[in-house]
Amino acid sequence: MPIEILMPALSPTMTEGKLARWMKNEGDSVSAGDILAEIETDKATMEVEAVDDGVLGKILVASDTDNVAVNTPIALLLEEGESDADLSNYSAAALTPAVQTDAQPATVSSETTNVAAPEAPKAESIAPESEWDGPVISTTVREALRDAMAEEMRRNEKVFLMGEEVAQYQGAYKISQGLLDEFGAKRVIDTPITEHGFAGLGVGAAFYGLNPIVEFMTFNFAMQAIDHIINSAAKTRYMSGGQVSSPIVFRGPNGAASRVGAQHSQCYASWYAHCPGLKVVSPYSAADAKGLLKSAIRDPNPVIFLENELLYGQSFDVPDTDDWTVPIGKAKVVRPGTDVTIVTFSIMVGKALEAAEELAKEGISAEVIDLRTIRPLDTETILNSVRKTNRLVTVEEGWAFSGVGSEISAMVMEQAFDYLDAPVQRVAGVDVPLPYAANLEQLALPQSSHIITSAKEVCYRS
Amino acid sequence: MATKKTPTKRAPKKRTASSALPSDVNNEMILDFYREMLLIRRFEEKAGQLYGMGLIGGFCHLYIGQEAVVVGIQSVLEDRDTILTSYRDHGHMLACGMDPDGVMAELTGRIGGYSKGKGGSMHMFSEEKGFYGGHGIVGAQVPIGTGIAFAHKYLDENAVNVAYLGDGALNQGQVYESFNMASLWDLPVVYVIENNRYGMGTSTERSSANSTELYHRGSAYGIPGMQVDGMDVVAVREAAKIAVEHARSGKGPYIMEMMTYRYRGHSMSDPAKYRSKEEVQKVREERDPIERLRAVMDKKNVIDEAGMKQIDKDVKAIVSKSAEFAQSSPEPDPSELYTDVYADA
Repeated sequence: MPIEILMPALSPTMTEGKLARWMKNEGDSVSAGDILAEIETDKATMEVEAVDDGVLGKILVASDTDNVAVNTPIALLLEEGESDADLSNYSAAALTPAVQTDAQPATVSSETTNVAAPEAPKAESIAPESEWDGPVISTTVREALRDAMAEEMRRNEKVFLMGEEVAQYQGAYKISQGLLDEFGAKRVIDTPITEHGFAGLGVGAAFYGLNPIVEFMTFNFAMQAIDHIINSAAKTRYMSGGQVSSPIVFRGPNGAASRVGAQHSQCYASWYAHCPGLKVVSPYSAADAKGLLKSAIRDPNPVIFLENELLYGQSFDVPDTDDWTVPIGKAKVVRPGTDVTIVTFSIMVGKALEAAEELAKEGISAEVIDLRTIRPLDTETILNSVRKTNRLVTVEEGWAFSGVGSEISAMVMEQAFDYLDAPVQRVAGVDVPLPYAANLEQLALPQSSHIITSAKEVCYRS
Repeated sequence: MATKKTPTKRAPKKRTASSALPSDVNNEMILDFYREMLLIRRFEEKAGQLYGMGLIGGFCHLYIGQEAVVVGIQSVLEDRDTILTSYRDHGHMLACGMDPDGVMAELTGRIGGYSKGKGGSMHMFSEEKGFYGGHGIVGAQVPIGTGIAFAHKYLDENAVNVAYLGDGALNQGQVYESFNMASLWDLPVVYVIENNRYGMGTSTERSSANSTELYHRGSAYGIPGMQVDGMDVVAVREAAKIAVEHARSGKGPYIMEMMTYRYRGHSMSDPAKYRSKEEVQKVREERDPIERLRAVMDKKNVIDEAGMKQIDKDVKAIVSKSAEFAQSSPEPDPSELYTDVYADA
């Protein structure tokens, strides 16, 4: 049988085009790669190249023919050993647009668009860390983070730390104090000021099986690197069909510090939490900071670890052990209550606890949930609380628009609508770039007074 | 330390094909080159055809014309070495020994594809063959490859990463961030610029300062560079020996600018109006890497006519088989929608 040459598509959306002119005549011998014809669409002119060697036996669609449907046979090619006689065997009935293939094509789903996607797998319930009843040591968040890295670097040779000023300077915020001395320059690496470059370099090292901890001096600078965090780290496992993973931790301070201006004061929790493939962690206490950073370093996925500069110097009790881990994906009820649920994370946990203390004085029992992990979100803990209190206030430092509170509000509306006795309220940063002036900065960030007001409103108290 | 990397000591070089074949290039190697280049060309032609039939969707960037680059470089690499490239990646995968069936089935979005149909033309990987993608963001593969080279050094493997990039990608900032770190830390990486003269529709003359000497782009970082006739597989191999040996011996990165040409458009839907047909035709007639190697084979009587026909036939059979597999392999099961997002912790 002669080989059919079909009208090609120039793009996935093309359905027909004009066969402008033939560049070869019947009887011409052609080699693979030779230009056979030119076709035109409303957008472009393209050349049809021969894929096989042979002789152009018969032209089925003449030059200057409009509206030729894609996949219509436009010519017949005689292979070596075939002659004109073989052309007579060709059935003209085949002259209809049809996909001519050597094998039966499997069904292509664009033809079956009414097939519903299967239901997403249910998130597995994650067990909380076990209660620690051993000795504790008062530790700053700064020391807890350092201890977590040091312990994991002792445990696994493939763990290394890189970032600006992490080695000789001992960390811009002194998080990596002492690590260079203990682990040497091979594993504690000062990078040039080159966030996009070293984030990508870290992802490459992770692809190959190392476990990089990439420190950003602040997450504001990670916007330079966000392409590698999302397009390279978060998506590659899926795009490789599960073959290539990115066991990497991106960590550093996130959100407002103290009067450092708009470019150094953004909360990125909702940005990263938006993206499948990433895990996003943002602890409050030193024990959680340590336990979660250790879990993040051991995790085979890319983890965004959002710290807070103002918390670095705060002290908390931390279990006195080098094997304290906290599971990623598990929130914690940090203050039980019955009247209203306050869901928050990072530095705002402190503000929420202050607010809860004040609310208690007025007879309102607030339950405060520290999310600790933003993605995967512990919906179970939030829903259990809302089903009990029937009222919800979310608190975050970032902007409300498309924020973490918006997501929680939508999730609760979807899954516990009938339990709500009042509309959810979102306490969030004011919708402006963060100002420098002390008074304006104070006005732009959520304070415990805002949380108190919202909690009272959802309780219909004033 | 600083003096060892002065540009004067590591001055970029211009290299052209030598007329006589090097002594280690024997007939068997020439035949391998021929087979591999022909496989890439026929495979790409078939991919273009399947695209035209609507069996391949989205973007499809063909490597036709550039075959000598990857085949020549691959011939000097060891099994432990790694490579990665941009979205024009089919040729690289075939050259490093990945299964044509799996590559073609990924193009058609089937479960038998290297990424189970979830990656597509631009996103395939094979840890087994040291192929780390397939990257769709122009230039992003450069720091990633530099990071793999970092890992080679960290693990003391005496391995080299070859990071391929186009002339277009060479204007991305992250490329220079990578050059800086690779030179600073003496990372075993060879940057291969495949200069096919056009970043999509913009010629190097219109996009790149000092466009005739892109191999100088590492000079400020003390990285040696060379310009190579990328349409001559033997010249590519000879040049690659120097660059790869440099990187492997701990002297740091090397830049190779391969002067090459793509015959097809940037992607399938590119009508290529930015260049004349005569320009394309001239390259095809005068510089085609497969025809040039064929001329060497004729001159040296490497193989007889029947043997040549047999190679053509074998290659065609491999490609036909891959096209059949790519159409008969089923689409991924709907349940695959949710798999491979996260690794189990």
